[in-house]
Formats: sequence, structure tokens, C-alpha cells
Amino acid sequence: MTGPKRRPSLAVWKFASCDGCQLSLLDLEEELLALVEAVEISHFLELSRAVVAGPYDVSLVEGSVTTSHDAERAKMVRASSRFLVTIGACATTGGIQALRNYAAVDDYVGAVYAHPGFIDTLATSTPISSHVPVDFEVRGCPVNPHQLLEVLTAYLAGRAPRIPGYTVCQECKAAANVCVLVAGATPCLGPVTRAGCGAVCPGVGRACFGCFGPSATANTSSLAERLSADGAAPAQIVRLFRSFTASAPEFAKESAAHDA
Amino acid sequence: MTHNRDRSLDVDALARVEGEGGLHVVVKDGAVSEVAFNIFEPPRFFEAFLVGRRYEEIPDITARICGICPVAYQMTSCAAVEDAFGVTVDPQVQELRRLLYCGEWLQSHALHVYFLHAPDFFGCQDAVELAALDRGAVQRGLGLKKTGNQIMTIVGGRAVHPVNVRVGGFYRAPARATVKALEGPLRHALEASLETVKWVSGFDFPDVEGDYLFVALRDTGRYPVEAGRVVSSTGLDCSPGEFAEVAVEEHVARSNALHARLFGRLPYLTGPLARYALNADLLTPLARGAAAEAGLGPECRNPFRSIVVRAVEMVFACEEALRIVEAYEPPPAPAAAMPVPAAGAVTDAGMLTGAGATEAPRGLLLHRYEIDANGLVHKARIMPPTSQNQLSIEADLFRVAEAGLDLSLEELTHRAETAVRNHDPCISCATHFLDLTVETRS
Repeated sequence: MTGPKRRPSLAVWKFASCDGCQLSLLDLEEELLALVEAVEISHFLELSRAVVAGPYDVSLVEGSVTTSHDAERAKMVRASSRFLVTIGACATTGGIQALRNYAAVDDYVGAVYAHPGFIDTLATSTPISSHVPVDFEVRGCPVNPHQLLEVLTAYLAGRAPRIPGYTVCQECKAAANVCVLVAGATPCLGPVTRAGCGAVCPGVGRACFGCFGPSATANTSSLAERLSADGAAPAQIVRLFRSFTASAPEFAKESAAHDA
Repeated sequence: MTHNRDRSLDVDALARVEGEGGLHVVVKDGAVSEVAFNIFEPPRFFEAFLVGRRYEEIPDITARICGICPVAYQMTSCAAVEDAFGVTVDPQVQELRRLLYCGEWLQSHALHVYFLHAPDFFGCQDAVELAALDRGAVQRGLGLKKTGNQIMTIVGGRAVHPVNVRVGGFYRAPARATVKALEGPLRHALEASLETVKWVSGFDFPDVEGDYLFVALRDTGRYPVEAGRVVSSTGLDCSPGEFAEVAVEEHVARSNALHARLFGRLPYLTGPLARYALNADLLTPLARGAAAEAGLGPECRNPFRSIVVRAVEMVFACEEALRIVEAYEPPPAPAAAMPVPAAGAVTDAGMLTGAGATEAPRGLLLHRYEIDANGLVHKARIMPPTSQNQLSIEADLFRVAEAGLDLSLEELTHRAETAVRNHDPCISCATHFLDLTVETRS
């Protein structure tokens, strides 16, 4: 090839979500202007009216699939993206709205809307990977902006992203936090939750609630045993595993084991 | 100009708003015949899955309704639960909440003013194009946003979905020195927000005014943020719980957000224009002076000039945050103790009921909960600002389309999009999504 190097194109897509992970991209205040100079923002509705047609070199996808229309849209995004990265708990696990997977969705529609017939929704909230192949997943509710930057930098440099698979416990030790589980017998998901947040919850003296989802080798049953021994009731263990990443396979299995 | 007599304009996916929505305008025989602001963000059912969760879990769950204004959801949840339990928090804890909330106003307003709204006034597609024209302005916006996020990180533990908020107060009160470290950045931000007011007040605004019924909180002796009574430009003055009774929501086919009407009849507007109209007397002197210099009277009914009001509120947020930071001493206890539910005032059905309202950056947010004797949520109702504003936004679209009949389709489409962005709609919140379709039938 001759001529100046073309900047890689970046697209950002939204499915069912709170916009917080897209916002994390804009929260890279210091690096944002440098980033938009390194890539061509081709489709990012929250930031721009300008939409350039695909295909795109990199797509960042936020949110989960909750409607039949979005299930089709996920296929369209995959078809127009060379490297597809899902960002956040919703896109990687189904998110908080996956709590519907444990209820009759018609009851949910009836609880919120007067005319359920107007509402198009699927019975489940599922991660993008349930519908199309995904090249990389960035976890977290919300994602850590620096992990997003690392994934984009790694892509531009043509190397693999360095994102840890170890647990919040390791970050907690590194931050010299007092262990809320050992010292306070507080039911904490830190031992089975993926690092990345910087152990912010134990940092303020509260238990981790698993918003980054399961770590690489999460032994959830061992943790649940310990929580029971400390006095946690089965219903509490169910609620603990069934929150922001309820449908991540390891957490879904553990909550089901305690759901009478 | 026959081509303008019958046309229709559709924007399927509105840009620079939070969430998914669209817009639809039909012009027939030279008059606007149909407008719709559609919200197609898929429903997420928060009110439904809160049922059966512990009351302590509410603030972390409702935060996930919106990544732009999680603090608003957290603060409103806490206020409603504390109301149900009859708990009053320590004034120092309340001040810390107000500081955290000022951080959210600052980052959300900076995002809206510089990244979502201002590009419209320069004919730019986005802030990246704007940066090519005026890099300094965009950098100033980024700096303001950063200061807001710093407050959220220091007080809340994280910029998006803070982790330090709990019912009753905070998990840990930040150390005095950490909070004091905000003084320097806040002084810069105060200067930058004063420059913002000057910058935006020079924009060219379309001459359009709305006959809004304004609804906002009114707090005792201070501009409303995290508490207050609900008041209106028509003389309403009630508690959040009473407001939940008179604001009636209806479900219409074109929207996944419920539409609210006062007394089941009257569309109303919440947000910066309403807050300002009902509370301008309570702004800090510097913010009031900046408003006067920017040409704002005691109220502003031009929705395009809401960007000026947001800038004035940024001045206020910086000053208010500075005041709290300067006086900060960690409270004696970071959170009020919550009594066991059975000790509270339980209704006939054995339920504790409470309501709370706060001023999210984009308008009034109201939560109402029923909690059972085991501390589990029995029923939840959440009224986000955008669903309350939806009808007023449609009325604006009508006015703007009518005033813009001579514009080209492209210009009218852009004008209509701006009319929606004027109100900083948060569609993710309202779905309990937004689509602009301007259809020109010819």
C-alpha cells in the first residue's frame, strides 16, 4: 500500500443499558482528544450526528439483547465489524436486566406498563456473545476507562490486551484494605470476582457485590460454604450472586444451587 | 414553496442524547399536523425486579438506570427509604450528599453543554468538529467534567455508579485532607464555568418561547439539589409523596416511557428552566450576577437558551461545592442507623411507605417505595425527568416545526433535533428510548 496510513474506524453501539460504559469512554478526559485523533469515529451516536457507513475496524458494543429487533441488530453489527469488543456487564453477561431471566417477563411488563400489548420484549436479557461471536470482552458495571483504553491501544499496536483475570482479593491486598470478609464476616464476592475496579467497595469498608462478574477460576461453591458458615441465609446467598452479573454462568449456577 | 406544504421528517436514531429515541414530524397543507418524540429504548423493568430485594440494595440497583446521573438515583432512593423508615440524617451527612450531587451536576452539565448541545450552535456534527474550530473551548469542557468526576470519585468512590452511598448516608466519610484537595480544582472550575456562561450567552438562539408549566423542588433557603418540596409555576406546593399522587402517568403506544401529566391533565416541564424560574432568588450571588450578565431575566422560556441556564447552574454547583469543601469535617457517624422495619410506621397492609424527590441534572426525579416488615421491597415507582418532560418536548417540537416551515428539510431536521436536545433527555432513564422521524410527504 502506498500513501498516508488510514486511521482505523471506530464504531460504538448501544443495546439495553444505562449508557455508563459509553460515558466511561468520554470520561477519558485527558486522553479523549488524542484518541479521536488516533481513530476515525465513524459511528458513535451519543457523541456525534455524523454516521459513516461500515465496515468498521473496531466496534465497541454496550448493552444486552432484550428484543427480537436487537437480536437482529447484533448480527448486523457483527457483519460490519472486523474486531468486535463488548463492554460492560450488560454486553458481557446480560446485566442487571437479566434478573428477568428468573421471573415471568409478562409479570414484569404488567408491573411497569398499563398496556402490555404495546411492549416488544424478549423473555430474557442475554449477552452479545449469545447471539454472535465476540473478539474480546471488557467486564464491569461500569467498565474501567483505563481497561477500555488498554484494549484500544493494544488493537492499534497489534498486540493482545493486558487485562487481568485474577480476583478483586488481589487488588484489595495490593491496596492494603482490611478484609471485610475475614475481619467483619461481611458476605463479600471479592474472592470470586474479576479484578479491574481497583477494589473500590472494600476500599470504603463494604463488601464486593460482583459487578465485574466471575474471575477466571472462580470457586463459587467454596465461597458460598464460607458465607453459610458465617450465618448467611440461602435467600441472601441467592441475592448476592443474582445481581449485576446474575446470568454469568458461574454466578447463575451458584445462585440456582441455593434457590429453594 | 409548494414543496414545503406537505412533508414529513423522520430521525430514526437521534444523536447526542443519552439512550435510543427518535422524532417524527408531519407537515400537511402548510401546517404541522403531527409530532412525536418516540422512545424505543428497550424496557429494562427496574420497578419490577426491585420487588423482593432488600431495601439496602435499592441505591446500587437504581443507580444502574442511568450511567450519566447515578447519584440522582442513589440520592432519591435513599430519601424515599429514609422517609419510609422515618429517619432523618445528620446535617453534615446531608452536606456531603449535596457535595456529591454537585459533582454529578457539574459532570453532567459539562457533558451536555460542551459535547451534546454546543455543537448544534456551530453547525458541527459533534464536539470533535467543534474542537477543530475551538480546541480551547472543548478542553475547558473536559476540564469541568473532570472536576465533577473528581468530586464523585473522592466522595462516591467511583465516577460512574459510585459505591460509597448507602441508605442513611455513606459507608465511609472521606478524610478531611482528601476533600480539601478538591479546593484547587474547584477554583479553576469556577473560573471555567463563568467563562462558559459568557461563551454560551453569545450563541445565536432561535426566537421560540414555550408556555411551560414549570415544576421543580424548592428547598429552604437554598437552590434545590438533593431535597425540597415540589412547587410549580401555578402555585402547587406539596411533599414528594403528595406529588406522586397528583402526577399521573399514562402509557401510549409510541413510547416505552410513560407520559406524566399533572392532575392527569396538564403537561409540565422539569429541569434547568423550571428550577431557575422557581428558584433564581436562591442562587449564589456570583451565579445570579452571571445570569444577569448573560441576559437572563427572572425566568427563561426559550428552550434553546437552556444551555445558558445550565452554565449558570455550573457556576452555582462550583460555588456550592467549594463552600461545602471549605467547611468540611467528617461527620460523627457516616450513616444514620436504620431501625428494624417493624419499628416504623407500618400501614394497614403491614407496609412502610415512603417517597423522595431530588433534582437530577435534567429534572425532577421521584421514587416511591413500599417495604414489607422483613425489609423487602413490595412495590416501587420511579418517575424519571424525561418521562415527565416528554409531552413538553413534543409541544416544543410542534412550535419549532411551525416556526421553521420555511427552512429546508435539512435545516428543519437539525432544528427539531436541537429542540429535543434542549432538554437533555435521558432516554435510558425514561424507559422504564428516543427516535426523530421527520417525514416530508410530497
